[in-house]
Amino acid sequence: MTASRTPAAPPILGLDGLLLTMADDEFVIGFSDSEWTGIAPLLEEDVAMSSLSQDELGHATALYGLLAELTGTDADAIAYDREPAEYRHARLLDHGRGDWAMTIARRYLYETADATRLEALADGTWAPLAELVGKLQREERYHAMHIGSWFERLAGAVGEPRDRLLDALATLGPDAGTVFTPLSDEPALIEAGVLARPMAELEHEWRTRTTAMFARFDLSNLPPTRDPERGRTDHGADFAWLHGEFTKVRRGDPGATW
Amino acid sequence: MIDAPAAGPSERDVRAALARIPDPELPVLSIVDLGVIHRVDVGPEGIEVALLPTFVGCPALDIMRSAIVERLGDEFAQPIRVATTFAVPWTSDRISATGLDALRRAGIAPPAEPEDVRCPHCASADVVMDSAFGPTQCRSLFYCRGCRQPFEAMKSV
Repeated sequence: MTASRTPAAPPILGLDGLLLTMADDEFVIGFSDSEWTGIAPLLEEDVAMSSLSQDELGHATALYGLLAELTGTDADAIAYDREPAEYRHARLLDHGRGDWAMTIARRYLYETADATRLEALADGTWAPLAELVGKLQREERYHAMHIGSWFERLAGAVGEPRDRLLDALATLGPDAGTVFTPLSDEPALIEAGVLARPMAELEHEWRTRTTAMFARFDLSNLPPTRDPERGRTDHGADFAWLHGEFTKVRRGDPGATW
Repeated sequence: MIDAPAAGPSERDVRAALARIPDPELPVLSIVDLGVIHRVDVGPEGIEVALLPTFVGCPALDIMRSAIVERLGDEFAQPIRVATTFAVPWTSDRISATGLDALRRAGIAPPAEPEDVRCPHCASADVVMDSAFGPTQCRSLFYCRGCRQPFEAMKSV
């Protein structure tokens, strides 16, 4: 990709950290949900989940690409050549795909949080990111529509579908807010006009929206975030397994291109 | 092999050549009718084409890129560079009238908000979305209650 470029210091403090968290989020959920390909509960859903995952992996590729240009490195190297502890995705995404209710709950929480984050980046001053975000929002609209209708379907059901959703929300709840883990150099990003508002404020907006949705279906509110300072580190065993999967080809044939 | 003319091709010549390259996923229309050509620059260094991806992760992009390099390279014998940009978003409004017609004839509803989609076979408005996601990233699945046919619709992005 940009192998021979001279490394340059990021023009805006914290921009590299922001791009890495966003790219890792999209990459991890995209890869994890792509495991449904071939085994989703319905044929249409098989196609839908594969397409959603393909979108997210495309978003990750674009974000890693921006980061690679900024830092004079290679997008594939960033995506595949780090140790599990170096990934900066939200802890929400460390939970494996689980059953269908778990997948829908995880994605619903992530999509709504990501939408709130994208809104705060859409008018940013760093054009390459703001332009990309505009494009991402157009695609994410379809994700929100699709996952929202599944969430309502499970939440509004009686018996097993709703029970499974409740179990999933109980497991994910304490980690749901980790998408908004404060970034290092966040004040610099706000000062530079890249990010409109602090993550803490975005989290508050997102919680207000989810509370309204949850109330419609008589679901309990999400609990506060557990260990919020470490929301994007300390990835557990589920992620270690996933990391082994998505780096397998790269490790098996170093330097291969496809 | 064509000899490179002294003056080189005009932008118009290049666009005409691009208009003969079919879209890899929807070969009924050209990449020009699809509206993905953002800019064409013809200079002393060669020809540069800037593409607007329809979807950020569109896997057809690499195929388009190599088709452009091959076609323009054959026709104009100049160095060809293909870049991608998000400077303006590709929106489905960029599809030309010819492109919209070609889609309809192929049984694919042109992009519209889900509630405004019409059946490409019988023009009925009595249609229902089966799934927002279809065989490619840019298409959804619908069913027409009028003529009882399933069909695909391009997403409105």
